[in-house]
Amino acid sequence: MNFDFSDDQKLLKDQAQRFLNDKSSLKVVRRILDTDETHASEVWKGIVELGWTGTTIPEAYGGIGLGHLELCMIAEELGRSLAPVPFSSSVYLATEALLLAGSEAQKQKYMPPLAAGEMIGTLALSESTQAATPRTMKVSFDGGKVKGVKMPVPDGDVANFAVVAVKTGSGTDEKSVSLAIVDLTGPGVTRAPLRTLDPTRNLSNVTFDNAPGELLGAQGGGWAIVQKVLDHAAVLVAFEQVGGADACLNMAKEYALNRYAFGRPIASFQAIKHKLADMYIKNELARSNSYYGAWALSTGAPDLAAAAAGCRVAATEAFNFAAKENIQTHGGMGFTWEFDCHLYYRRAKWLSLSLGSHLSWKDKLVSELEKRNAA
Amino acid sequence: MDFDDTPEEAAFRQQVQAWLQANAPQESAQSVFRAGMDEAAALKTARAWQAEKAAAGYAKITWPKEFGGMGGTSIQNVIYSQEEAKYNLPSGFFDIGLGMCIPTMMAYATPQQLARYVKPALHGEEIWCQLFSEPAAGSDVAGIRTRAERDGDDWIINGQKIWTSGAHYCDFGILVTRSDPTVPKHKGLTFFFLDMKSPGIEIRPIKQISGGANFNEVFFTNVRIPDTQRLGAIGDGWKVSLTTLMNERMAIGGGGSALGTDDLIDLARKITFPDGQPAIKNSAVRERLADWYVQGQGLKFTRFRTITALSKGQTPGPENSIGKAVSASRGQEYTAFAMEMMDMAGIVTDMDLAPYKAAFQAAWMMAPGMRIAGGTDEILKNIIAERVLGLPGDIRVDKDVPYNQLPGVK
Repeated sequence: MNFDFSDDQKLLKDQAQRFLNDKSSLKVVRRILDTDETHASEVWKGIVELGWTGTTIPEAYGGIGLGHLELCMIAEELGRSLAPVPFSSSVYLATEALLLAGSEAQKQKYMPPLAAGEMIGTLALSESTQAATPRTMKVSFDGGKVKGVKMPVPDGDVANFAVVAVKTGSGTDEKSVSLAIVDLTGPGVTRAPLRTLDPTRNLSNVTFDNAPGELLGAQGGGWAIVQKVLDHAAVLVAFEQVGGADACLNMAKEYALNRYAFGRPIASFQAIKHKLADMYIKNELARSNSYYGAWALSTGAPDLAAAAAGCRVAATEAFNFAAKENIQTHGGMGFTWEFDCHLYYRRAKWLSLSLGSHLSWKDKLVSELEKRNAA
Repeated sequence: MDFDDTPEEAAFRQQVQAWLQANAPQESAQSVFRAGMDEAAALKTARAWQAEKAAAGYAKITWPKEFGGMGGTSIQNVIYSQEEAKYNLPSGFFDIGLGMCIPTMMAYATPQQLARYVKPALHGEEIWCQLFSEPAAGSDVAGIRTRAERDGDDWIINGQKIWTSGAHYCDFGILVTRSDPTVPKHKGLTFFFLDMKSPGIEIRPIKQISGGANFNEVFFTNVRIPDTQRLGAIGDGWKVSLTTLMNERMAIGGGGSALGTDDLIDLARKITFPDGQPAIKNSAVRERLADWYVQGQGLKFTRFRTITALSKGQTPGPENSIGKAVSASRGQEYTAFAMEMMDMAGIVTDMDLAPYKAAFQAAWMMAPGMRIAGGTDEILKNIIAERVLGLPGDIRVDKDVPYNQLPGVK
């Protein structure tokens, strides 16, 4: 049994942590929080120079041809640092969609600039204040033109192009959905940032008014591709969540060791000790589930959908819990704008909703278990 | 990253599989726990199986060969446990003796004593128990009252122990006593081993809330122990106790508990809800199933991380400490939820009527004990907080006070 990352992969993780400590401190995160900047472009530039954007892109398409395990290591550190960059949209969503469904010509066209950071991609799925489904989706694709509104679109204001989930049939079943690649800087596209609870990551309203697009994957095959992309992204985001949750635990621990009340460090009170132990337990359960997700993703295991949902559910639970209990451990100071606790509280919620709700992933997990038992 | 054995591990696993296939008493073993064989019969089967294991070196794989072990590695021990678990063989009778008592003896007993006691214990001929907890000392085990008073070459023991597994069939026990009540509690303890058939010992079973009696109270009235059976120096009993307790925590389960989330999911597929649909189609049920499944997977894969460390010859990381802290309370919750799905019939414990032969109900009745035995949920969280996260220990109001002046001590 070798259920662990290799020494080389851990080395990559250490390097990522050092780079982000140095270049993407919480001061940088606060700058994005407090200004109109959509992301920290200098951090993004450094990430591109390190080759992270090309981690899973084969060398033939300008990438560095490593695997998903390496990407998981980078993801954990991005999550720990709260780096305000469009990495997840471009790498976990757009790049994965192209790797899964792109034609040779599309790979030739998009992969090299994605790897080189000259292009940033995203996935435009949601359309309203409820979950996106083939039944409710309205954005159309007709005669090569996309029409309708996508909202919220992660990094919609930053990306150069989007993989857009579109209706190509009149029905309400999965076969009525396709994917179209649309140039977001081209004609017929208007974008407007949305006010959100985590301004350190961009979310946007994107209106398509007969914007030209090209199909990604077969017509009618879009929903199936989206599900696979979301599975891949769920594993990678789970590592971001694990990293963020670990940061919250460390922050709560440091504060509890140094904050005195009733003549002793509050870390010596069982109410606080048990709270931190609960955080640790949830974090370890999430980490172990995420390792399994990483294994399933990197090997393309048949169990990938269940593994992805499993680590998504565990990591969402862990980060949300750690973020809120970190504030609680800090007491009143944790509720101030000045302390950094709220940065994690915001990001935890952003990550836990941006690929679909906790409830929907739990439901998906049980559906996968039902299939497994039926087989 | 993979789940495969190394070539050496695979070879060992094959060797174990072949040996088990040739030697494991399949038919009789099946009946031991499934059909509720009585204890005497189960003990007989278990002794016979233990003797076979010991003869082949499998009884204690990590012990040195001089003590009858295999001189093997921790990962070999895990592999053996995984393979043995597939056979549902009798277990439990020798775990305390071989996992805690004999290792303590190895650290403190004389070579002559080890020559006398280790082998019979390993072969299942003699069974050992551990006499630590008292009615007034559970989590705070250093607060015990049982007195040891010197009388020539002997010690005279008076007092009471509780929660002693198997005391009624045990041959020997390890015992921690208070030899000096005038010094602070950790400093006045002395440790012994003793013959459980000594005059003055009375053993009474404790009837549990589950109706069973897995444990005993043990009363000591002027029980004589020769000073030669003292382990460690006079007053060093706490230090010796820590050796025992460390060994308790080193145990790594091979997996394969009786009821798991797979059983819960299976139940949810079989039960029909009032809407005519299987329970698993109900959204409230689905949400809970997802939580428990993920938690179960988390525990399983945490164990895999520990096994990986052992496989690489490393010391497992602290993540291994979460198992007991999570398992017991989660078991209590999901067995309760299983009964909830059965609606009114969830109350029924008739084995012929209740699904899974009433195993969910039985596990739920055992669950309160599981959350307490071997370290309460609260103590385990303290351990995680202090030893894993490095948080300060509690402020001890009893640390420098003579034991006999503590509040609550008679």
